[in-house]
Amino acid sequence: MISLKPDQIQPVAQNTNTNDGKIRDAKTREDSSRREFLKGSAAALALAPGMTLFAYGEAGAKPAAQAVTNKSRWGLLIDAAKFSDADVDACVKACQDENGWRDNGRPLTDAQWIRRVNLKNKKTEEKFSLPMMCQHCAEPPCVDVCPTGASFKRKDGIVLVDKHICIGCRYCMMACPYKARSFVHEHVEDQKEHAPRGIGTVESCTMCVHLVDEGKQPACVKAAPRGGMVFGDLNDKSSKLAQLIKSVATQQVRADLNLDPGVRYRNI
Amino acid sequence: MKIVLIMQRLILTLLGVSFVGVSLLAFTGQASAQPAWMPKPPKAIGGQCDLDPKIMRKTHMNLLDHKRDQTMHDGIRTKKFSLKNCIACHAVKDESNKFVTIKDERHFCRSCHDYVAVRMDCFDCHASRPGDAMNKAAKAAGNPHDKSAGVSSMGKAGDTTVVTLRKFIAGEAK
Repeated sequence: MISLKPDQIQPVAQNTNTNDGKIRDAKTREDSSRREFLKGSAAALALAPGMTLFAYGEAGAKPAAQAVTNKSRWGLLIDAAKFSDADVDACVKACQDENGWRDNGRPLTDAQWIRRVNLKNKKTEEKFSLPMMCQHCAEPPCVDVCPTGASFKRKDGIVLVDKHICIGCRYCMMACPYKARSFVHEHVEDQKEHAPRGIGTVESCTMCVHLVDEGKQPACVKAAPRGGMVFGDLNDKSSKLAQLIKSVATQQVRADLNLDPGVRYRNI
Repeated sequence: MKIVLIMQRLILTLLGVSFVGVSLLAFTGQASAQPAWMPKPPKAIGGQCDLDPKIMRKTHMNLLDHKRDQTMHDGIRTKKFSLKNCIACHAVKDESNKFVTIKDERHFCRSCHDYVAVRMDCFDCHASRPGDAMNKAAKAAGNPHDKSAGVSSMGKAGDTTVVTLRKFIAGEAK
């Protein structure tokens, strides 16, 4: 029996300003309402020039003016066997650099979008670690309990906090079985312009939604060892992710809770 | 007794009229020489915003509010009315050629908000100056409001959205 015991992550170096936020294509695209898009999505996709389609299951950029739909459901597959402790820490560092949160050496109150969980099989004493973050559940308990509607699930399955309406009650933190959320206790300055965060609100992994909307991969996926993390569309059966979870044994953490997390693990 | 009352009212009316006159003079005179106490918002890097400043002054908070919900919940990331884009264009540099944050009273938003004593909490969470990458990219892509550069995302000549919005704000369309 494996016991899940969250451990402190190693303090990592301070934030460096190396991420390259990219300005979006400045060309105006045709404003197509969501309804029009749904009516003739195939035609709309064919008409928009210079677009990468989702046809091969790779993340493609949607037109900036287009609202997200439930056609996609973004997910992750994490292969624990490919992660050393240092690999997990590299993912944590990549998330910090991308989203501008940092370890202030105050573990009780520091933000934690992604963390290293150390595991030990009590019988065999086998030890390993894995990255743990918001599991982007299909049935997120954090959304169920939120009194203001700030905790919400986007149509494409990404679970977010709308900090504009978050009152900082932290009910979602209590409800999350993965301990994925944290509360901003301290005044924050010099935030990343694509990742607003401030005192008095709850935050968690956004699956790098700003990058996903541009057709890019989340920061942790890029930092993970080759094949350690696969990002993709769970709904697109031709995607690399869907093909992988079809062909190898994967599991959801606490699958017994029936939350249907979008993040799956291998070799745990 | 009655005459006194009438006289009082007359004096008050005259005072009122003269006050309005003086204020009007002050405001018409402002076009040529602005009084020192008036707010002086710094000019945007990209020149004048495509929506009429009069409309922007009155409705920017609503436009930003609307856009924020679209971006947050629907992932719509067009540049029009995006706070990130407004900040990039309205950035102000200090003596050391660095963009000032909201802590500096020369910041575009503060230049007016200080004057009207309206506290905004946007920058409790949002970055109040353009990031380095954003700054470089903005320079490379040109000015988002410059129509001549052909890269304007805000109200190109054929952009019906802005025209419709303008009409709506002006009460011409429903």
